[in-house]
Amino acid sequence: MPDQTDNIRQIDSRTFVIDQEDIDTDQIIPARFLTTTSRDGLGKLAFHDWRYDGDGNPLEAVSLNSLDTAECRVLVAGRNFGCGSSREHAPWALHDFGFRAVISSEFADIFRSNSARNGLLPIMAPEAAHNWLLANPGVAIKIDLASQHVDLGNGPGFDFAIEPFAKHCLMEGTDPLGFLLGHADDIDAYEAANA
Amino acid sequence: MSPETKVTGKAPRSLFDKVWDAHQVRAETAETPGLLYIDLHLVHEVTSPQAFSVLAERGLRVRRPDRTLATIDHATPTLDFAAGDAPPYATAAARNQVETLQSNTAKHGITLHGWGSGHRGVVHVIGPELGATQPGMTIVCGDSHTATHGAFGALAFGIGTTEVGHVLASQCLLQRKPKSMRITVDGETAPGISAKDIILTIIAEIGVDGGTGCVIEYAGSAIEALDMEGRMTVCNMSIEAGARAGMIAPDETTVAWLEGREQVPAGPDWDAAIKRWTALRSDDGAPFDHDVMIDAATIRPMVTWGTAPDTGIAVNAPIPQPRSPSHRKALAYMGLEAGMPVAGTPVDQVFIGSCTNSRITDLREAAAIMSGRRVANGIRALVVPGSVAVRAQAEAEGLDRIFTDAGAEWRQPGCSMCIAMNGDRGEPGQLVVSTSNRNFEGRQGPGVRTVLASPATAAAAAIAGHVIDPAELMEPAHA
Ligand code: SF4
Repeated sequence: MPDQTDNIRQIDSRTFVIDQEDIDTDQIIPARFLTTTSRDGLGKLAFHDWRYDGDGNPLEAVSLNSLDTAECRVLVAGRNFGCGSSREHAPWALHDFGFRAVISSEFADIFRSNSARNGLLPIMAPEAAHNWLLANPGVAIKIDLASQHVDLGNGPGFDFAIEPFAKHCLMEGTDPLGFLLGHADDIDAYEAANA
Repeated sequence: MSPETKVTGKAPRSLFDKVWDAHQVRAETAETPGLLYIDLHLVHEVTSPQAFSVLAERGLRVRRPDRTLATIDHATPTLDFAAGDAPPYATAAARNQVETLQSNTAKHGITLHGWGSGHRGVVHVIGPELGATQPGMTIVCGDSHTATHGAFGALAFGIGTTEVGHVLASQCLLQRKPKSMRITVDGETAPGISAKDIILTIIAEIGVDGGTGCVIEYAGSAIEALDMEGRMTVCNMSIEAGARAGMIAPDETTVAWLEGREQVPAGPDWDAAIKRWTALRSDDGAPFDHDVMIDAATIRPMVTWGTAPDTGIAVNAPIPQPRSPSHRKALAYMGLEAGMPVAGTPVDQVFIGSCTNSRITDLREAAAIMSGRRVANGIRALVVPGSVAVRAQAEAEGLDRIFTDAGAEWRQPGCSMCIAMNGDRGEPGQLVVSTSNRNFEGRQGPGVRTVLASPATAAAAAIAGHVIDPAELMEPAHA
């Protein structure tokens, strides 16, 4: 399981831009790779069909294949990122590839909640900032989770929203399953009342 | 506010509000989401192994195996094999995934409709078929098409694998209340228009993200007129408009469909259930965050031209001029041209199946077109029933003979070419007319071009060899 807090409270990086709308989960990780029973090592399958030819050889012209993910840990993508399936393999693959945050102007619901649970910050940018980021690939970016602020140097920095409990879990390393199981009495009572 | 609501002091609530409220274990606060109780948890082989691993790592048990139901569908082969033989899995990984679910369910005492079960099938087909899906329930599955079950007035939605683990361990989910949207389809549809045409029209109207953050209630006379299979088709594709869930208020059609099914209550409990279920509807004046109206009379047989499910147009209508770079890219991928209709496009394969359109009425609709006709030369047509039970029913009605006489392949149940992870797939560049729900690039195999359509339109494409308005084949063939 990825360490949820690694490098995520403060991200100091460059952006990698995929200027395309409606990037669906089949692009992020094609369904035919979902026969795994593990959640590890999926990074090599991220955007697989864009990155490799029919025989599985990496395509040199595709910049994702030469990306230095130590430098570039923030993905900027077009509107409605992550639409399609509920597969958590999508954030697992992006995280394992090296991304720690994704910025878009809109996310699909399930992708968004799956990401926050897997050490991948989904950040909704206001339209102007989003357009600026799309138009300026590779810029330096600082993301501060505590203050919920994105600093773009001379670019249009912005504040972003995050569900308070998701933030709490990411900041403090709180485990949501532990939180749920901590309410066993409430669950018992509900079951007794609705038996 | 109506006078009654003033008297009782209760604000009018929607169907969604009622189901939501009834399942609050703990209310949400500013800091924490609420705890939502889950009545039924459906499990399949693809999104569950990592969740069971977390349970194993932490020494946790499944809280309510009796509220958990498992099947194998995504990675399973649809080829025939002799009893006693090993299933012809496409890969060792697929076999391993199925065997992992077999051992996880055995270990935790969860019912698995696996090989040999008369109710094995696509998870969203077997839940209703067993009567496990019931009005007013909360239902989840690690699968985005869980909204299908909303056709029965259940609140049903897809979850990620981490949440699968949460539900296994606690029978609850941490949730904040989604927004609501009502889509009213009023009027009468033209003859031959199916539920698939309705939902493709809705998605084209509101867009792939039109329902993001929302639970949709489908209402109106054209929805009420649908049979349960049709309602399932509509709710199934709610996620293709970005919605969490889709719901339809239960009525006599719902009750009649459920009566006598394996897991519904019997005797006096059945009568009580009917009372409870038919009272589940949105109050007059219930608030919705969004309201959408669709005129049923304008709906035509639909096909998609692009690589997102909101690119549906009438089969004979011209493809619109691209409005964005994504549209241009989609047209190039599909090899289609703006200004031309999709009708006439040559087809390589046809897939009739998936949790959207693999139920008995879907197969009847396809068989009516194929009856007495032949699949065009060089075209491969795959008919994949949604479950073992659907397959048996179709065979009892002789539909299998209609398909095989026409030259189509009659397969064993499973997800098959909907997701193309079991070995059933198209070849790069091929055009597949498919009754499934997603036309994303590569969804049916790398480089495969998918056109989404109803069973009638898909069957007609198989016969004609190109995309065609099914109305042209709706007169019975003169054999
Ligand atoms: S039929 Fe397709 S959409 Fe439905 S559950 Fe299977 S893979 Fe998912």
